[in-house]
Amino acid sequence: MGGFGINFTTRSPSRNHPSAHFLRGDSSICPVSTATSTLPPKREITTKPRFSDKVFRAVVTTGGFSSLVILGLISLFLLYNGLNVFRTEGLGFITGFDWIVPLPEEGLPAQYGIGAMLYGTVVIGLIALFFAFPISVGAALFLSYYAPDWLKKPMVLVIDVMAAIPSIVFGLWGFFVLMPHAEYWAKLIHKYLGFIPIFDMPANAFTRSPFIAGLVLAIMIIPIITSISREIFAQTPLDRIQAAYALGATKWSMIKSVVFPYGRGGVVGGAMLGLGRAIGETVAVYTVLNIVFDIRIEVLLSAGGSVASMIVNKFGEANPDELKALMASGFVLFLVTLLINFLANFIINRTARE
Amino acid sequence: MSTATIPRPSKPWGVNFKQAIPDVVAAFATLLITYAIVAYTPLKGKLAFVIVLFLVAVIASAAISGIRRDRKAALNSISTVMIYVAGMFVIFPLGSILYEIIRRGIGGLSLGMFSTDMAVTASDAPLSEGGLIHAVVGTFYIVIIASLISVPIGILTALYLTEIKGKAAGTIRFFVQAMSGIPSIVAGLFIYAVWMIALGNQYSAAAGAMALAILMIPTVARTSEEVLKLIPSDLREAGLAMGGTQWRTVAMIVIPAAQSGLITAVILGVARVAGETAPLLLTMGGADALNLNPFAGNSSAIPFYVWKNFLLGTETAIDRAWSGVLVLMIIVLFFFSLTRFLSGRKGRF
Repeated sequence: MGGFGINFTTRSPSRNHPSAHFLRGDSSICPVSTATSTLPPKREITTKPRFSDKVFRAVVTTGGFSSLVILGLISLFLLYNGLNVFRTEGLGFITGFDWIVPLPEEGLPAQYGIGAMLYGTVVIGLIALFFAFPISVGAALFLSYYAPDWLKKPMVLVIDVMAAIPSIVFGLWGFFVLMPHAEYWAKLIHKYLGFIPIFDMPANAFTRSPFIAGLVLAIMIIPIITSISREIFAQTPLDRIQAAYALGATKWSMIKSVVFPYGRGGVVGGAMLGLGRAIGETVAVYTVLNIVFDIRIEVLLSAGGSVASMIVNKFGEANPDELKALMASGFVLFLVTLLINFLANFIINRTARE
Repeated sequence: MSTATIPRPSKPWGVNFKQAIPDVVAAFATLLITYAIVAYTPLKGKLAFVIVLFLVAVIASAAISGIRRDRKAALNSISTVMIYVAGMFVIFPLGSILYEIIRRGIGGLSLGMFSTDMAVTASDAPLSEGGLIHAVVGTFYIVIIASLISVPIGILTALYLTEIKGKAAGTIRFFVQAMSGIPSIVAGLFIYAVWMIALGNQYSAAAGAMALAILMIPTVARTSEEVLKLIPSDLREAGLAMGGTQWRTVAMIVIPAAQSGLITAVILGVARVAGETAPLLLTMGGADALNLNPFAGNSSAIPFYVWKNFLLGTETAIDRAWSGVLVLMIIVLFFFSLTRFLSGRKGRF
């Protein structure tokens, strides 16, 4: 059997090898005749894998496929547990906005709908993007084309550290440090822009609003969007940049006519990755958002929704039936984030390859 | 000997003193105007000062370059100011977070908190009582168990992508990328559905670790793949040409060459999951007492400890939560600096 490459068997010159006899000066034995009888058969050169390689390849392939298997199992188990709820609620699970768990003695049918939560998730995600996107793209441009060399390394470090901060830390910081400030900003916005319906206030409750949750999420997703945008900007062809300067472009015209057209897809993909993170964020949102099963357009009001936080909120005292509804919500959340991530990675990979 | 005159290197593109005068004057004027607006109009406070300063700075810089040159130059000035502001803005939140964690967390920090748990301590007991040893032990357990599960899978995935390069490599790379975006709460729900509902187990540290392993696999796999890609293919070819099988080439040449990078990948994964909270809330039960058995019984972890104390809401509980955050940040930043140290060493792959 040959090896995967070429199979060598190390051998020292055999005693019967012609050269050995010759060196020993043994002339009584004819070297030629012995050689023909004792030379080993020609080795077979083959690319057929050896047993050890077969095992190696099997193990590695199994390991490689395990992440696919895990993803499959996640969707399978969540779907299986939530199937009953999907069946009884139908499309109403997505569109309805009532979450009614009757007491056992009432004997009424339960009603589960996460429409309000999905709406709230999208709202806080968009608020987060509204703040994070311009800042991140600006910061990425700053790092790529404006920052002096000595500042680049520390700033990249700052962004990496920010990406490593656990979400519970953001939650506590958002609640105790940011919220008092953000409440004041919300009051200012309401005072001067209150005529716009989304800044209207039916009640004097400015804390734990979608606006504040969006701010905290914005700070959490800035590092993601910034680092992806920076990577994409770094791939802008240098000759085009220099050509733009040679034609007399200012820095901004260069960015507008060279960097943006090249990096557009990647930046959009980065923003989508940020949105995916914002949608799946649980703990940080829970601390700074008052979860209410109602669709409201006022973003400054202390009432909002988030699927992920709702799951934690309801999980503690959920009965087995409600638990199934939570599994169904988890399944919806899983599908939505997976879809967003697929799309984002697809766009980023395509941009990076071009 | 005659002395040769060495011309001093000049930078003709640099800004000389004369050219800088208008800029300096404009900067002072901007500050003055802002101060005047804040002092003599209803716009008051620090926030107003910052916003007005920003607007005045944009207008002033645009006006100066507009007058000096043209509209394009004015646009360039506006964008420059905005991009500088965006760049600076990124630093503020981190500064504020680190400052607040230290300011609020340092008070509750003591050596005693690392030797006691919260089993007999009331939520409003003074900070000198109770501690978070149970949470530290829990975090230690879940990090170890999560690594034991996810490191083999992550590195095997990376090996599949770089060494075997099978037909499914593209698909798997794509799915692993998408997997890193799974919300942590979904991982918790999944383990709850499998480990608790389907298999009938109770809350335990191991269950939490399994949920974290799901989140850790993509980080380990992607970082390891990047590291393995950096190993020159000459090394692999040399191994094969010497007659080694692929298994021996990978085990004796590729992996030792990539060793420090792979360790970095593992630590990066640990740093990613050590602070996760949401999946633990669904799988660990959150005990107040020390539980040395990772496979049975409620246990706690530092993020869970912070969460519990935050929800208790009493003054001392909040202080405890901040101390917990401080300990958590020290651990996370320790792992973070370790990855920097390892990947920063020169001469290794």
